[in-house]
Formats: sequence, structure tokens, C-alpha cells
Amino acid sequence: MTAAAVAEKPKAIVARELTRKFGEFVAVDHITFDVAAGEVFGFLGANGAGKTTAIKMLIGLLAPTGGEARVAGFDVATQTEAIRRNIGYMSQRFSLYEDLTVNENISLYGGIYGLSDKQIAERGERMRKSLDLPNELVGRLPLGWKQKLAFSVALLHEPQIVFLDEPTGGVDPITRRQFWEMIYAAAARGTTVFVTTHYMDEAEYCDRISIMVDGRIAALGTPAELKQQWNVRSVDDVFVRLARPAAVEEGKE
Amino acid sequence: MRPAVEVASVVKRFDEVTALNDVSFTADHGELFGIVGPDGAGKTTLFRILTTLIVPDAGSGSVLGLDVVRDLWQIRSRVGYMPGRFSLYPDLSVIENLEFFASVFGTTVEKGYELIAPVYRQIEPFRDRRADALSGGMKQKLALSCALVHRPDILFLDEPTTGVDAVSRREFWDQLAVLKKSGLTIVVSTPYMDEAIRCDRVALLQAGRILDVDRPAAISERYPLPLLAATGGDRHRMLATLRAFPNAHAVFPFGESLHYTDRRADAEPNAIVAELTAYLHQHGHPDANVRLIAADIEDSFMHLMMEAAPSDIAGAT
Repeated sequence: MTAAAVAEKPKAIVARELTRKFGEFVAVDHITFDVAAGEVFGFLGANGAGKTTAIKMLIGLLAPTGGEARVAGFDVATQTEAIRRNIGYMSQRFSLYEDLTVNENISLYGGIYGLSDKQIAERGERMRKSLDLPNELVGRLPLGWKQKLAFSVALLHEPQIVFLDEPTGGVDPITRRQFWEMIYAAAARGTTVFVTTHYMDEAEYCDRISIMVDGRIAALGTPAELKQQWNVRSVDDVFVRLARPAAVEEGKE
Repeated sequence: MRPAVEVASVVKRFDEVTALNDVSFTADHGELFGIVGPDGAGKTTLFRILTTLIVPDAGSGSVLGLDVVRDLWQIRSRVGYMPGRFSLYPDLSVIENLEFFASVFGTTVEKGYELIAPVYRQIEPFRDRRADALSGGMKQKLALSCALVHRPDILFLDEPTTGVDAVSRREFWDQLAVLKKSGLTIVVSTPYMDEAIRCDRVALLQAGRILDVDRPAAISERYPLPLLAATGGDRHRMLATLRAFPNAHAVFPFGESLHYTDRRADAEPNAIVAELTAYLHQHGHPDANVRLIAADIEDSFMHLMMEAAPSDIAGAT
């Protein structure tokens, strides 16, 4: 998706000069970007670049100290309840209850999201079928299956946007790819996907990516555009060129 | 001389889970040896056995010629171990952590300084900062320095780069290359397939079993089927188109391209390129480009995974 194509589409996320300071430290420094509805948007950056702080603001967990952002049409500073009802979130570390069964987890999250018993039953059934999951204690499932289940649960209430924070860390290479096929399928149904990863090959799967360096967005575009702009062969090479200066003089995060 | 590490038919169970299932390999002195596999493969269990923290249920292991069950005290004084979770004391400063680890082994920071210098110099300006106030990359350097300060003969690093960004990962491997030059034997585990090529040899570990052990290039060269890369056009749609091709063995997204493995081991590769190009052009991918490629370690890992336990891979074709 080129910048021109994004400009024409409805927006899932609009950030303008979004800023977060902690005392003197500027964790997120006037970032401006749009994410189009239905887009798979990769949000990259070195450790300590400000990604987590930015995500916390976008999902309404942390108030900005400057600028503004709208997510699913709602203001992140004043309409946090509406944002949480309209987004899904899956964190890097597994977010389901290990000592509950698959069905119990689905019921619990369905209830939290305010779904009716009928909706929970129908969507739960569909989910179990498509994942081909036994109704085991979640703690007994292999990691790859847990991550697929966590992704499906994050989509249970059919949010407009889903935020995925390093969803494939430590997952085997086949399951990692199957996970990305689930991402594509969700995007094809119109869900906007906002994803972070340390696997640079996964960055190539995104429609567009941004790379944060020291609280700012240092690069933004399609993987092909960025590679062309920096005249390198992979997103990994773009990342290293941009993030290197920040990494060298790192003192704290 | 016996190898630096010898593992023979090791089995380890935790309740009904078999964490290690008949694992065997050797690592030579001075080698940078990688254990490559995802979470749950058994990497940490293997490291705990080799560092004498737990004992195997069956099979045997030796480190520096010493038995991992019988000679545990001798082994412990001669290995450096950096566990997956950082083992630093958060409320001690950088230098206090280092002094503590040196004193446990009855030595001093001064005596170990030459060995740790390539790593430690980068954090030395922050020697009085508390460990919990360091960035992730600096904590990692301090943990490595602490594992090295008693001048071990062999270093075990359990997932030192997990959760670390791509730049810091590269730098960490550069440091390991420097340490290796000093003659140190290094055994390191990682879930990142792309790090395998930084090792002299690797053991690919999946679900408690060794898939293969060799130089990374040698493993890749053994890829048994024609492998092609396809680019151009809507990748997600092309994935489905390629999977519908009658001779497709496996199709996976791979960075900016799709990797296609043909089931016909003996077919002329260039003929497959021509055939597949024509097929894609006819099926709605007029811009498709297909070329023959050499497998890398991740292609090989996935192939070996499918061979070892096809039923474990839900939905893979």
C-alpha cells in the first residue's frame, strides 16, 4: 500500500504529533502517521526506542502529554472506554489463563468483552473448528497453539483493530508462518492489524512498516519503498542502518 | 582428547512431558556450537543438565571430559553459565555484581579482566550504576561479563538474544566471535534461525529431538527437494495458488518472497521454474517471477520438522 493509497482509504489510526514525556525524558517524540483500515502495519524499533509507550497510548492505557491520536475514530485521551471496546490486544507474553480450558478461556473473555451467551457459543464453536483445538487446559497446549488461540480470542469481539505485541517470539518457524496466515486472513476480512516484531523477515509481510528510533519515526513506507530508499536488500539492513546510531550510544531506556 | 561436550542418548522427562528424547551430539574444543530451536524444544533442559543443575533420566553427558552427574563440583568451577533469565542482582551496581561473581569462584575482577575486557569495556563507564537501571543490551553485556569473570574453559549461553532487537543481536554475535578467538569453547542456544549461520556447527532441536547436527552450510546443502522463490503480485493470493499446484510439497512465506518446494526430487530444476512460471502467469499472477534458490537453515529446519512429525504441524501443507 503506497502513501497515496493510504491517503484515500478510511483511517483506523490517526496520530498527530503524539508525544509522551516522563519528566525530562521524551519517550515518544511528536510522532505522526496514519494506518488505513484493513492494513497490516508493522511497528518496528530497537529496544527502548519508544514502541511500548506509543502502543500504550494508542490502546488507551497511557495518556499522551502532547499531540493527539484517534483509534477506530475515538480520541485516545478522552474516549479510552470506547477504544477498548473496539480493539483487540495480544501481548508478547501469553495472555490466556493456563489453568482454564480452551472453552473456559473463550467464555471468560467473551464475557469481559460483553458478548451474549449465544454469541460466545457460536463464535467459540467457529474458533475451535478453524483452529482444530482440543478442549484441554490451555497450559497443556504447545506454545504455537496457545499463540494462535490468544490471537483468535483477541478477535472474539470482532474489533476493528487488533494490536499484536511480538506475537511470534520463540515460536517455531512453521507455526510462525501459520500465525501470519491468520493475520492475512483477519486483514482480508477488514480487520486492521498493528504488529510489532523482532523478526525482520516478518516485517516484509506487512503492507507498510514504520521504524522508531529514539522516540521518533525515522522511516515509514512499504518494505519495497524503504529498501529502495536505503538501497539495501532487506528490511533488516534498513533497520540496522537506522537503529545503529541509537544503539551505540544507548545509556538507558 | 575427549570432545568439550559429549551428550549420548540423553532422556529427560517432567511428568508426562518428554523434554529431551534420545539426544546425542558432541562439541569440540574451541568450537562455537549452537543449539537452535523454538521455545519448548528442550534447550534450557539440555543446558541445565550440562551445567549439572539437573540430572538426566537416561543417557550420559560429559563436559571437558567430566561426567555431568558424578563430577558436578569440578564441572561447576570450570564452566561459565548465562541462564535465559538474567541472573544479575538488580540492587547491586555493575561492578558489585562483577565482584560478587568473581568472589563466588574465589577469584578477582582483576584476574579475569583480560578475558572480559572486550565485553566489559562497553559498560565500564556505568560501573557504579545499579543493574536494574541498565538497558536490556547493557544488562546482557553485564551478565556475559559475570559468566566470564572466573575465566571458565567453556561458556554456556542460554538464549542470550531472545527479545533483543536485531541490531543488538548482531553486536552480541560479533562479541562471541571475539571471545571464540581467545580459544574459549562456547555453547549457545537461540530460537532465531538466522543466528545459526554465526555458529561453527549447530544442533537443530525440536520437541525434544535432534533434527540434525552439522555445519549450517552442510545442513542446508542436504535439502533434498527442488526449492524455488516466487515474487511479484499479491503474496497472500499467490500462496493459495502455489499450494494448489499438483506437485507442491510445501509453500511458505519467506521475507519478501514465497518459498516453494516441489515434491519431485529428480526433476530438472529449470524445467520446474519454467513450468511454475507458466502456471502462475495463467492463474492470475501475470507479474510472477520464479527462480531457483539454495535452501537456508530455516528452510531446512522446516523441512526436517515436517519429516520428523508431520502430525504435530496442524494445518501445514
